[in-house]
Amino acid sequence: MTTRVHPLLRAAYVVLLLAATACFVYPLVWLVSASLKPKSEVFDNRLVPRHVQWSNFVQVWDAGPVLRWLSNSVVVGVMAATTVTLSSALVAFGFAYFRFRGRGLLFGLVLSTMMLPGAVTMIPVYLIWNKLGFVDTQVPLWGQNLFGTAFYIFLLRQFFLGVPRELFEAARVDGCSYFGLFRRIALPLCRPALVIVFVFELKASWSDLMRPLIYLQTPDYFTMPRGLKQIVDAYALSGEYHWEIAMAATLIATVPMIVVFAFAQRYILDGLATSARQG
Amino acid sequence: MAELVTPRPPLEEPAPGPSASSRKGPARARSPRGRGTVQGRETRAALAFISPWILGFLVFTAGPMLVSLVLSFTDYSLVGQTHSVGVDNYRQLWEDPRVRQSLANTFVYAALFVPIGTVVALGLAMLLAGVGRASGFFRTAFYLPEMTPAVAAAALFLLLLNGQTGLVNTVLGWFGIDGPNWTTDPAWLKPSLAVVSLWSMGGTIVIYLAALKNVPRQLHEAAMLDGAGPIRRFFNVTLPMISGAVFFTVITNTIAALQMFDQAYTMFYGPQQKATASDASLVYMVYLFQNAFQFFKMGFASAMAWLLFVIIMLITVVQLRVGNRVVYYEGDTR
Repeated sequence: MTTRVHPLLRAAYVVLLLAATACFVYPLVWLVSASLKPKSEVFDNRLVPRHVQWSNFVQVWDAGPVLRWLSNSVVVGVMAATTVTLSSALVAFGFAYFRFRGRGLLFGLVLSTMMLPGAVTMIPVYLIWNKLGFVDTQVPLWGQNLFGTAFYIFLLRQFFLGVPRELFEAARVDGCSYFGLFRRIALPLCRPALVIVFVFELKASWSDLMRPLIYLQTPDYFTMPRGLKQIVDAYALSGEYHWEIAMAATLIATVPMIVVFAFAQRYILDGLATSARQG
Repeated sequence: MAELVTPRPPLEEPAPGPSASSRKGPARARSPRGRGTVQGRETRAALAFISPWILGFLVFTAGPMLVSLVLSFTDYSLVGQTHSVGVDNYRQLWEDPRVRQSLANTFVYAALFVPIGTVVALGLAMLLAGVGRASGFFRTAFYLPEMTPAVAAAALFLLLLNGQTGLVNTVLGWFGIDGPNWTTDPAWLKPSLAVVSLWSMGGTIVIYLAALKNVPRQLHEAAMLDGAGPIRRFFNVTLPMISGAVFFTVITNTIAALQMFDQAYTMFYGPQQKATASDASLVYMVYLFQNAFQFFKMGFASAMAWLLFVIIMLITVVQLRVGNRVVYYEGDTR
């Protein structure tokens, strides 16, 4: 693609690329900057604040128990990601290794649930958690993950299918149990796939707004997005417009995921590319 | 935490009891290819592995679907008496102007986001494909916003899209464009939602980039030898080769767009607002959510959910039909 391109065209290309990069990255830079500005300067679009006001982050603390929300989000996220990874892997292995009658049909059913809008089951599922006495606890935010999720089952099955069958058969001959095949061969060989699922779910759980809105009433139980929504409502819509504090809270909600991304980006980006391959 | 999941009924060796083996014994003798006992044991083991999903499907999907369907013919509201109301809820879907409004809003939003998103993502992915080894860096940069929770992205863009002093309009001003009041002018609420979604579209770009890298160079070279210019090469080589990825993202993005909630709710809705405020940003899921959990009209909300289900099914089926005609699948898959 780089053969004999007119220098002017090449310059235009570079400008376009940098402009596009700026569109994606600059809002985050702006966020950092805005979260450090005093109220009067939030909108001045200056990259470096004239007066750095660290106290915004202290003010966030007054707006809500932010540390509590963060730790809630961590707990919910780790629970959600751990349970969904293990359960989806178990189910995926069932579909990948065994040949049994009705497998195609059953797997088709798994895939078809991907198209089902959450709204259809939302109210009855709420009623179930309500009956079980789990409303206003964090259990509904991850409880369903104990049973696997179609997309992850699909993704992990792809990886398990990639393990050479001879490995499994050799282990069987050596007397390995079916569960042993799963735990000692499939899981270790597909560790990158497990990381992908874990991080995807961590991200999904960290971003989730609707379920915390539905299930949580006590502010102390809120997850970070739910708490952030509360702060935005309080500081933005009440007419008091303390945007600098809302932006500090927004930054606090964002940074942990950026950190996760920094560690897991290879897995996430490659996983995304793989997930679409099958189409 | 792991303890919650790992201890399961002994999946390994669902020991075939003496009765089972004697029952299946002759079968194995008859079939040299390892049917009979082995087959039965494998099936049972497979079902044991799959059982979490089956259980979850029954309790959290199939059962609730049935209940939701039943509720949609009632006036269920969590408290008080529940009556069967026949098809009243469904009739109300036609009559409630806010249902119509929210549907229209959702379609407008999806019609803005999905096509523009596809074209922009494809353009950016091609831009990245051209930078060679550095594309890893840009890939990361473009994906970063997607790690931002939707609530945070929405809050951030509420300020960036501010009509008077927001960054977006400031930048537009450099080019002599008088930017609109994105967050207050009813006509611009849906475009502003689309802007937020476009910003967090990195996943689609990454998928396209991977697809582009899989296009064999020889095809391009052959086309070039045949005298095809860049535009013809794009339409006759690149696009067909990545059509599977494009198709996949169009379907998933459409399904997601029709269920959009977080951004609209964060930017334009909250407990303080009146139910009728800013109807121009009332997307379907927000109205459904309000009906279910703020007005507690759960019967009606269930009917709304089924309408959404039907709409998504119809649109997906149409897309699949069109897709199967247009999409080129490499020999290896399906």
